[in-house]
Amino acid sequence: MAASDPAGRRQTAGLKKALSSPTLRYLLRRLSQAVLVMLLVIVGSFVLIKLSPGDLVDALAGTRDLTADQMADLRSRYGLDQSVVIQLLHYMLRLVSLDLGYSPLNSAPVLDVLEERWPVTAILVISSVTLSMAIGTLLGVVAARHAGKPVDLGISVLMLILYATPSFIIAVLLMLVFALKLRWMPIAGYETVGAGYTGFQHLWDVVVHLTLPCAALCTFFIAIYGRIGRAAMLEVLSLDFIRTARGKGLSERRVIYVHALRNALLPLVTMAGLQVSSLVGGAVLVETVFGLPGLGRTAFDAVFQRDTNLLLGVVFISSLSVVIVNLLIDLLYVLLDPRVNLK
Amino acid sequence: MRLSRDTAAFRLISHPSGAIGLILLILVAAMAVSAGWLFPAGPWTMVGAPRVWPGADPRFPLGTDSMGRDILTELFYGSRVSLAIGIVSALVSLVFGTLVGAIAGYYGRWIDDLLMRLTDAVQTIPSFLAAIAIVGVIGPSLTTITIAIAIVSWPMIARLVRADFLKLRSLDFVQSCRIIGMSDLRIIFTQILPNCLAPIIVSSSVLVATAIIVEASLSFLGLGDPNVMSWGTILNVGRQELRSGWYMTAIPALALVVTVLALNLISDALNDSLNPRLKERS
Repeated sequence: MAASDPAGRRQTAGLKKALSSPTLRYLLRRLSQAVLVMLLVIVGSFVLIKLSPGDLVDALAGTRDLTADQMADLRSRYGLDQSVVIQLLHYMLRLVSLDLGYSPLNSAPVLDVLEERWPVTAILVISSVTLSMAIGTLLGVVAARHAGKPVDLGISVLMLILYATPSFIIAVLLMLVFALKLRWMPIAGYETVGAGYTGFQHLWDVVVHLTLPCAALCTFFIAIYGRIGRAAMLEVLSLDFIRTARGKGLSERRVIYVHALRNALLPLVTMAGLQVSSLVGGAVLVETVFGLPGLGRTAFDAVFQRDTNLLLGVVFISSLSVVIVNLLIDLLYVLLDPRVNLK
Repeated sequence: MRLSRDTAAFRLISHPSGAIGLILLILVAAMAVSAGWLFPAGPWTMVGAPRVWPGADPRFPLGTDSMGRDILTELFYGSRVSLAIGIVSALVSLVFGTLVGAIAGYYGRWIDDLLMRLTDAVQTIPSFLAAIAIVGVIGPSLTTITIAIAIVSWPMIARLVRADFLKLRSLDFVQSCRIIGMSDLRIIFTQILPNCLAPIIVSSSVLVATAIIVEASLSFLGLGDPNVMSWGTILNVGRQELRSGWYMTAIPALALVVTVLALNLISDALNDSLNPRLKERS
């Protein structure tokens, strides 16, 4: 099947290319970049801990009476009397082995807390990336197809407004209109508490609960994809192979959605990597507004309960996820376009 | 030089979105400047009954919040905070980003590689989360908020400046500066930098808009400077009253969106008027 099917052949060619040495060098370079990001996160967290008023022992001393001797003893037990460099090395070793410390707020290790919370954020981010890419690209393509006409103008104005409205404002407005006034949607939460739904019913329940938060996270990126998509489409549509496709007598629909769109997709894939990073931040606001038990909401609670371990744990795990997603996108990039410049 | 600057400014004013954006921004700036004269009592004073709807009492055209504070007053004082934080943090990230980008682009080789990898790394970290961590751990104040915003937003500028420096450094006029023995610093600041101001100016407007959004988001979460009234603070208070008094959310939200929209329009117009050649492409 693979030999006669052009798509299959293209895939094997892509794989072969992926394993050739410039590609491997490219991926290794990206991998080292990923390590650098995590190193930066760790050093940044360490600096923040050092900058925060008081240390661990001061925090302990707040809860029970400690003499100066006991405090000094504790400091040496936690390694706080050692030089900053040694402390940083210890901190790095701890984080590399995914030991994110203990969360007083939850009376549990930070990693356990985050393990429980990350699926909500992951679902939210993945569905937002997919939805905004699909809707944004479609709007961009439609605008490009009708460039200069009223449809294009209408879409452009919509994009401008969506581009200027922060996600948390969209979240509050959606909640006001669809949950509080029209009562079409649940106000908050991840599922109907105590309903005991199972199987498909439970799935549908979660989908309904995540619709508004997801919509709030999407709007900004719909505008971005729309803008990039429109520009990329206009550029591709002016190329020779489009004239050839039209000359062959293909329908306009086929020319646009099959020939042109396929080639306009690359800048959009690049955007997806940046989007994931930004969505994780946006999730803090949206999860807080809608009371979703995700990573973002955890960060919010951690800030106000002064649970520094938990807060920095969220930053660490989120950055790690973003780095992994970016590596996957790099891989996808190599497979998508054999001509891609590996610099 | 003088002539071209005049035409660029003229193009900005005559550009439809540039004109709209400028008018809106001037209005917001006027609010910020006049806040002290028009409302000498300040934004924190209780002036009437709580939860008065807009239009219900002529003394409070935009109503009062849940603490009986005048929303119009809050709005005027809020514009000060938004604009001040927006401009200062944009300036800080502009200076830092330009320095990093200029050094990387001018010297190239390993310095470029090192600085750009660092820039990429900072850009990969979820920026709003990083801002929350910085403000949350050190404690919220105008200074920490400004610094947090600057720390997460300089990479964009660094990349733009670096790309231009890479292009310009091998051109003849830079080579001739080297031959006559000009120092690196002088070449960077007096010869190359003036030639790549256009993208810096365009993105500075976006930087201010982003900074305003980040500040509002932080205050909305309750992480704003507790001593100043910002639009995010009004939104934070209004959130608890969403069901009964949605105007407390809608009014500051509108102010925020209009300001950001104005800055985006100006940036688009600047882009068109500073790069006239690009105009046909968009």
